[in-house]
This record gives sequence, structure tokens and C-alpha cells, in this order.
Amino acid sequence: MSHGSGGKATHALVETLFLEAFRNAALTPLNDGAVVQVAGKNVAFTTDTFVVSPIFFPGGCLGDLAINGTVNDLAACGAQPLALSAGFVIEEGFPLSDLTRVVEAMAAAARKVGVPVVTGDTKVVEHGKGDGCYVNTSGIGLVDPLAATLSAASAQPGDQVIVSGFIGDHGTAVLLARGELGILADISSDTAPLNGLVTALIDQVGRDVHVLRDATRGGVATVLNEVAQASKAGVVLAEERLPVRPEVLGVCEMLGIDPLYVACEGRMVAIVAGGSADRALHAMRAHPMGRDSTVIGEVRAEPKGLVLEDTGFGGSRVVDMLVGDPLPRIC
Amino acid sequence: MCLGIPGLITELDNADDQYAWVDVSGAKRRVNIALLSEDVPRAGDWVLIHVGFALARIDEEEARTTLRMLEGMANAYTDELEVMAQSAAQGERQTDDSSASTASGASSSPGRL
Amino acid sequence: MRFITEYRDRGKATALARAISELCQPGRRYKLMEVCGGHTHTIYKHGLEHYLPDAVELVHGPGCPVCVIPMGRVDDAISIAQQPGVILACFGDMIRVPGGKGSFLDAKAAGADVRVVYSPMDALKLAIGEPDQRVVFVAIGFETTAPSTALTLLRAQADRFANFSVFCNHVTIIPPLRAILDANDVDIDGFIGPGHVSTVIGCRPYLPIATDYGKPLVVSGFEPLDVLQSVYMVMRQLNAHRAEVENQYGRVVTWEGNTTATAVMAQTMELRPHFEWRGLGSIPFSALKLRSHLAEYDAEELFKIPGVRVADPRACQCGQVLRGQIRPWECRVFGKACTPEKPIGTCMVSSEGACAAYYNFGRLAAPRVRSAARS
Repeated sequence: MSHGSGGKATHALVETLFLEAFRNAALTPLNDGAVVQVAGKNVAFTTDTFVVSPIFFPGGCLGDLAINGTVNDLAACGAQPLALSAGFVIEEGFPLSDLTRVVEAMAAAARKVGVPVVTGDTKVVEHGKGDGCYVNTSGIGLVDPLAATLSAASAQPGDQVIVSGFIGDHGTAVLLARGELGILADISSDTAPLNGLVTALIDQVGRDVHVLRDATRGGVATVLNEVAQASKAGVVLAEERLPVRPEVLGVCEMLGIDPLYVACEGRMVAIVAGGSADRALHAMRAHPMGRDSTVIGEVRAEPKGLVLEDTGFGGSRVVDMLVGDPLPRIC
Repeated sequence: MCLGIPGLITELDNADDQYAWVDVSGAKRRVNIALLSEDVPRAGDWVLIHVGFALARIDEEEARTTLRMLEGMANAYTDELEVMAQSAAQGERQTDDSSASTASGASSSPGRL
Repeated sequence: MRFITEYRDRGKATALARAISELCQPGRRYKLMEVCGGHTHTIYKHGLEHYLPDAVELVHGPGCPVCVIPMGRVDDAISIAQQPGVILACFGDMIRVPGGKGSFLDAKAAGADVRVVYSPMDALKLAIGEPDQRVVFVAIGFETTAPSTALTLLRAQADRFANFSVFCNHVTIIPPLRAILDANDVDIDGFIGPGHVSTVIGCRPYLPIATDYGKPLVVSGFEPLDVLQSVYMVMRQLNAHRAEVENQYGRVVTWEGNTTATAVMAQTMELRPHFEWRGLGSIPFSALKLRSHLAEYDAEELFKIPGVRVADPRACQCGQVLRGQIRPWECRVFGKACTPEKPIGTCMVSSEGACAAYYNFGRLAAPRVRSAARS
């Protein structure tokens, strides 16, 4: 049950089962996408399966996630999207009107980015076996030569950690949209394509961008843990610098949830050489998808493999890999 | 047990007098206020919320008293730091004076401190 | 955020730390117990121990209602969840607590219908929305939470929602404090008293701690400045040889407490003759059960439960942590066999548990050399 939430259990599953079974050089880094060589060029190749409940929520729907998510994984590899595929697993009885809305949203999102969905597949499963509709999208793109060294393992002490906007919007919006908690707030999913933002950043700063990760399920904390472990470095965040909307903070305080672990769907974490951080920030803020970009921390040599948050009081807490989904608590 | 947070009552629920709408930093929830029936809160009051129920009114005067006390301690500390800083600065100036007079051959006079 | 941010001012914290230092009498050590898990969380999250002089030591107490639930009760709840047509509703805190046979989450993965709710009223709403299912709400918490369960029960009774019931595990705060003091194996000088329980019960119930045991107790808020100010107030009493109950959390806690809340509790619940506390053994009149007029809403009346007392795993030292005898890092399995991901005991799985708090917040700071047991 905890295996899908993006945290420790997911990682254990991926490493012990999938990595072992499929072991190869392109897979092993476990970045957002893999890079394979095709006729002498670096081609990024990624896949993602989208499961969300409810399917429609403020700010978008399953369809937006399906396109933007894969575009963003390609962007995190430094690649512009060339083509996407779309596979559907639809539960018998899923309303055609809902499916139409999802597909139209996908078409609109793909048009906005300028990437075609060139192939696809559809399967229908028995009622009760599918939770409505699942979508898988895969994508390919050419890696920008300036981005060839992007990797979760490339963070170095002195690098600055930048996030491209407010964190926790998507996860909170979906949680509230389920309606079970009875909380109302003006929060929309942040689902958005970030390929343009990444281009603007790489054009400005080039190889001084060491890591790009699309923060999705498990939030910024999960992505940074992956980077800290892969790079064998420490990441130290400053609590007061984390950009969180007041409404998201209000929901998180009420439920006892930590915004660092709440899912985003349109936020890029960029880890940039210290000397280029100002230019990077400037370039990101100049782009419509990065107006609220903020430096939230830095990379240090120690403690290796851990993410810490300075709580502004002289204490620092360990931002551990998520154990399960963030849940409302009373204590 | 412990997660109780302050929220601002924005309006009482017209349909059910046991409930009110409470705002926490822009997030709003319908909260049961029946435990505060002895002193029913109104819009504009702050309450402490726990598991969807208001447990207590927040006494703003008491809050101010606590903060004043804390400020008092902080000011006393800052004052002391200033005094220490001033006397350190004075000590330095007098060291300069005495080293200047030593350089010129005159003796220093500790009694001047 | 109002009423929170003002109490996180670092400058004032430094001033308070200084004032606390000045209170330390030469050669004297001060050992204070913070009762409530929320205070443990604040202390570690904000690194408050670094604001305290070496002479002041904080030990953790049993005020974590999830931590003190024995494994057998978790098994009982799971056995209810496994009945056909049952939806088990619980707070998020409970879902990963290990029983003798796994957690609620494990039961859910195996097919039981377990749902996390934010409020007991949400569990009742669930019952209203699913009239063919029986919704059982696992009630936990001290007197802070019991009134909310009480109001929910009264609502269910008034509107006759017969498919709703409560599996009651509410506990009360004074008996475990007395049990720790009576055991007399930890040398506690004074107490940082729980804040939110006190909004309900007031300050008066703590008087025996001061009069019978001669220990000062200061009811404290949960922000860093609240806790530091409370430490200051306890030490001031100790230096003056006073043992009184004081209230630092005046903005929310009154001397008399919330009499409406205590009244609905009394109307719906009564004290059990005995209740098993994890780590503290059986304590008389320390836990609540539903009164007989609410029998049709009492899960213990409606369902047959195993009621088996399950011993803690041998490696588990939660009991000693809850009594303040050892600190988390002194537990032999802390961080090794027992982690938040694979918890052996509740102190690690509950977000307010001392071990979870220390693991997440304090682990990297060099632990100050301590000896919690009586020397």
C-alpha cells in the first residue's frame, strides 16, 4: 500500500525488484528519464502512469497531469519533447463524457506544448478493477548538449537549490477535492509544462545546472532525498525560505501535514552551481512558469545522503524520505 | 491529543447553531462550536480547533500579556547587551588613550576608569 | 500565522535562554519532564535543548495517546475491521501502529475497509452516507479529544444512526503522572504540563502533583517561546522551594477548564476500573468507556473482540521511554531495528512519539550526555 506513494517503500520496490530484473546502464541512475544513444545523439526516453482521485480537480484533471508530467520528466533530462504516446486503461462503465473531457484536456495540453501524441493504446477492464481511468504516457526528446551532464548524482557542495514556485499546491488541491475533509480553500493544482522554463534556464546558465528534477508525488522532500543519496552529499534547506501559499499552509497546519512532502505537478527543482545561482534565478523568474522561483537551500559535503531543514531556531530537523502518504493526524 | 490550532471565526452557520465557519490562514472549515456553549463565540473571535471542534476561545488580552512579558525579558537582555557593548567600547577607547600616552611617555592612570 | 508566529521569535528565545541560565544555582541540576508528545515535538524540532544550559535536562513523559495503546487493543480493532460489512474509521496517527498481528494499514492491504478521518464527526458522516455498512470509529486521545467523541455519540444517538459505533480508547492524564511519580525510579524535579488537555480539564486537576508529591507543574503552550518560558517558571519555583501549579498558556487555558466539555464527557463516558497502558502496566481508573445508555453505540458491546493482552516485543523499550527512564537514543533498537519505516514500538510510529521526534529532529545533533534514571 505504501509502495506507490513515492517514498521509502516505493524506492525499495524499485531497487530490489525492477532494477535487479532490468539492470542496464541507462536505467541504473534512476533519473526522471533515461538517456539512450540513437545514431550518435542523446535521446531522452521516459514513461509515467497517472492515477488520481478524483479525476477532475481545481486547476486541471488526469489529462493535464498525463501530458505535463511526461513533458516535465523529459525537461528534467534537458530534453524538449518530440513525441508522446498515450495508453489508457478504462474501467467498464466509466462515463464517456468524463473520458472525453480527459482526452480533450490531453489534446489541449499537448497543443500548448507543441508536442504530438503519435501513438497509443486502449484497454477496458471489468467494473471494479480499474478506479475509473488510468493513463500512461511515454515520451522522447533530444537532449540539449548543454544538458548532457544533468543527473541526480551531479550535485556538488556549494550548489544552490532553487524551486520554481510555491510547493504543495497540487497535492492539497486534490486532497480537498476528494471532499472527505470538508475543508474549502482557494487552491488549484499547479500542473503545467516546464519545458520552456528549462530551456530558458539552460540557455542562461548552461552546464552550471547540475540537477533538474520534477517534484511530483512525495513532494520536494522526496526529490531532494534522491539527489542527496545519488550525489552522496547533504542538502540543507532553510524553513523560512520555503515558498508555501498561506492557504496551503493553513490546510497543512489543520491536518498536521508537512508541505515538503505534498505533491507538486508543475514545479522544477534546479540545483545550480553557487556562482551562477543569481543568473539562474533571474532567468527562471523571467519566465511565466517560474515567476515565484526561490532559492530554498544549498548543497553541502555533509551530512552525506541526508536532507536537513534549518528551523530558524538553531535546531535542524532531518527531512527523511517519506515512509507512507502524508496523512492527517491529531497528535 | 496535541494538535490544536488557532482559527478565526468568519461566520456562524445559519442552518445549524452548533457550527461555525473557521478560517486558518485562508483554509476554511465548518467547525463544531457546541463545546463553547457557555460563551458562544461570534464572527471575529479566535478559537482553538482540534479534530473539527472548537475547544476554547483564544483570549487576546492574555496573549498580549504573555507577549509583553516575553518582550520585557528580551528588552532587559538587549539593554544588558548594549551596556556590555558600551563598556567594552569604553574599555577599548581607554586602552587606546593609555597606549597613546604610553607612546608619548606619559604614564597611564587606572583610576580614570 | 497569528498566535503562532509571535511565539517563535528567535531574539526572545535567546533572552529566555539567558534568563534560564541565570536561574541555575551552582552545582544544582534540574530534571524536568515534559508530559505531552506535542512538547517533545516542539523541543526537538526547534532544537530547544541547545537553548538550555547543561544543568537543565528534559525527559519525555507518557502524554502521547497513540504511544500508550497496547498492542492487544490494535488487534481488537483489526478483528472488528475484519468483520463483514464493517468500515473502520481512525485518525491518521493510528494507521501504522503495530499490533501483535500487524497494523491497520496491513489489514487494509489485506482487504479490510479502513478509512482515515480528520474528525469523529467525519466518521459519523461516513455512517450516514453508507447505511448498509457498520462504521466503527477508533477513538483515541486524552481528555483533549474525548469531548469531541462524546458530542459525536450524542448526535448519533439523537438522530438514531444505529450503524455507527465507537471503539473507545480514551485515556486520562493524571493517573499516568501519578504512576510515574509513585514508581519513584526517575528523579523528576518538575513538570512542563500538557497544554491542550488543560483547555478541557483546566489546571485544578494537577494540584495533587504539587501538594502530594511536592513537584511544581507549569501548564505550557506549544510554541518554542511557550516551552522556554515554562521551563523558566518551573525553575523559578524550584529555586524558591515552591511547588505550585502555574499556567503559562493563559491565552487558551483557564483554571476551571471547559465545563461544557467535561460535562458531555461525564454524560457519555465513565472510568474503567483498569486499563492496560503500554509501558506503564495496568492503571486503575485511567481510561474511559461508554456508559451503558450508549451500549448500542459501543463497539465493545456490538462486536466480539479477542481482548488478548499482547506482550511488547522483547526488544522494545517503549515503556522505559514513556516513563522517562531512558532517552530515545539509549534504547538498544533505536535507529537500528526500530525506525519510522519499520517501527517496533509506538514511540517510533507516532509522530508525537519521543523516538520519532528524536529520529526526525534530533538525531544529528550530538546527544548531550544524560542519565535519566535515578542516580
